[in-house]
Amino acid sequence: MARVRYIEALSRGLRDEMTADPRVVVLGEDVRQSLRRITFNLAAEFGQHRVIDTPLAEQAATGFATGAALMGWRPVLEFQVPSLLYVAFDQVVNQAQKLSLMTGGQAKVPVTYVFPGSGARLGLAGQHSDHPYAILAQAGVKTVVPATPADAYALFRAAIRDDDPVAIFAPAALLGHREELGDEIAPVPLGSGRIHRPGTDVTLVAIGHLVPVALAVADDLAATGISAEVFDPRTIYPFDWDLLRASVARTGRLVVADDTAKTCGIAAEVIATVAESMRLRSAPRRVTRADVTVPFAPVLERAVLPDKEAIMAAVRGVVGEAVAA
Amino acid sequence: MNAQAGAADGPGAGAPGLYRTVRTIRRFEETVEELTAANEIPGTVHLYIGEEAVAAGVCAALERDDFVTSTHRGHGHVIAKGAALGPMLAELMGRANGLNRGRGGSMHVADLSLGVLGANGIVAGGIPFALGATWAAAQDGQTRVAATFFGDGGLAQGLLHECMNWAALWQLPVIFVCEDNGYAVSLPASASAAGSPVARAQSYGIAAQDVDGMDAEEVHAAARAAAQRARAGGGPSYLHMKTYRFRGHHLGEAVLKLDYRTDEEITRWQQRDPMEILAGRIEAGVRAAIDADVEATLTDAIEYARNGPLPGPDTATDYAYASGLRPRKGNLWRGCATSKRSPGGCATR
Repeated sequence: MARVRYIEALSRGLRDEMTADPRVVVLGEDVRQSLRRITFNLAAEFGQHRVIDTPLAEQAATGFATGAALMGWRPVLEFQVPSLLYVAFDQVVNQAQKLSLMTGGQAKVPVTYVFPGSGARLGLAGQHSDHPYAILAQAGVKTVVPATPADAYALFRAAIRDDDPVAIFAPAALLGHREELGDEIAPVPLGSGRIHRPGTDVTLVAIGHLVPVALAVADDLAATGISAEVFDPRTIYPFDWDLLRASVARTGRLVVADDTAKTCGIAAEVIATVAESMRLRSAPRRVTRADVTVPFAPVLERAVLPDKEAIMAAVRGVVGEAVAA
Repeated sequence: MNAQAGAADGPGAGAPGLYRTVRTIRRFEETVEELTAANEIPGTVHLYIGEEAVAAGVCAALERDDFVTSTHRGHGHVIAKGAALGPMLAELMGRANGLNRGRGGSMHVADLSLGVLGANGIVAGGIPFALGATWAAAQDGQTRVAATFFGDGGLAQGLLHECMNWAALWQLPVIFVCEDNGYAVSLPASASAAGSPVARAQSYGIAAQDVDGMDAEEVHAAARAAAQRARAGGGPSYLHMKTYRFRGHHLGEAVLKLDYRTDEEITRWQQRDPMEILAGRIEAGVRAAIDADVEATLTDAIEYARNGPLPGPDTATDYAYASGLRPRKGNLWRGCATSKRSPGGCATR
């Protein structure tokens, strides 16, 4: 067993998949030098023909990966900065994602988009602080946001093996998180959620880096007699609605912590889906980013992001007097 | 003309072969025009009439395994690459026996078994597929050439330049084929692309030339040279095809009464009809035989398409994911509940 950092687990997942399947190649900007550390040492290990530096042309790189995937390769395309997704948006959501249906099943596009360091990182300002998983989920792109090193490893491998485009977001706030990992890490299928902590009073859905925050909230609340169940969807699309419904059926209450915009964010979707089919014991709440561009000054950045205090307050509000009494 | 001599020539080379392809596309498009007017083809279509020499000449220089990426005006490319007319027409009519099983329609028609990586509804959107596909083939030890088509409107797209730059850097076997038909919808080419497109390509180190896009034999000669260069490891080429579309941007244009070009201009270009240019080079008897053959094929295609079943509404989310994932169904369950094809209704999840 070793204490493995999240970013190392991702790297290990990629390495193991490249070892297992010679048709896995990784492309991106500065991936041979491994600026973002996911491809660390892979060029030396697998050769430059499988670890490929692209020109700074995100649209072309995304379409290039589609073309290679159509030919049966499994390209992993690293976006050095998550918001570069916007530059390549047509090639992701309007081309790669739609080809299977538009061709009546002729085309298979097994490409993986990896977004290291997603979300705000104190001081990277307006164009480098987005965490753009919700817009991909809305476009039907399989979208994964692992919250632990073990899940990062397993879900990265599952994403690469999947026959459709999959986007995997590695939250900036988690890259240094460590976990004891053995030689064997259990596989995790796409679309399966995870209950990190069982509870009886409220289901607290948390995504990505907000999972450890939610666990800390649950710890604190346990001391006050509130029992929160922490639910991590792990895959945003497809979402594990069955596991979530089973959780809410037990607790009857719902809070969602989601570091994307409040408007049309994942929290909105989770609450709508639950509210459509289940009777809750109190009004659900969401804790999200403000609907705003992330401002530069750290004091301003912190003010627009979801944090522990906001999640704590939301859970207390939802559980309310019923438990307190 | 020794167009039939080269080893890289497909079955459509030589004046009779090129004429057959051009004639087939022309008659297919005229049929599409009629079927659209008769509401047998839903949506809209972008007809290739007038530009057939480009697809015919370029694809005659390609092997079966070579790739084509196409445009919104893609019928000609797909036919010239060898797609069967019946499944092609059935696709345009939204039938389950269409090339894309009725899921793509005119703007997305594809036949991956022929290397046709799809028509594309976004200008320049399919060009990077050509890079990735040719690179992937090379990794497998194969040299497969890609012809990637775009129009004069595409010259203004940044993605084209990303791809020309990249293909030149990696010496990929890609033939960039600009179909300059004079207008990006209504915008004249002169208002779309600054400078000389050929000089632009040359600035990337790409072999480039202007080509008379109304003369299929000239198109074929240029494309054959480009394909040979690509197969020999000489990298990408750029061919600027001067051509003209005889119809509007799409079939809605007549209703909109756009007047960005004059009848005189259209008539002038029609005097250089690519089909008649080729017809003038083959014997009348040969032409008549080809014409009869094309009509018979087209008649069969129409019958095939009209007899094709409509896809069942309960299959509307089929093929959304290659992995078989079933998306949530929105309000579709309402339609399913009343569908005879799905007496049990659809799942509501």
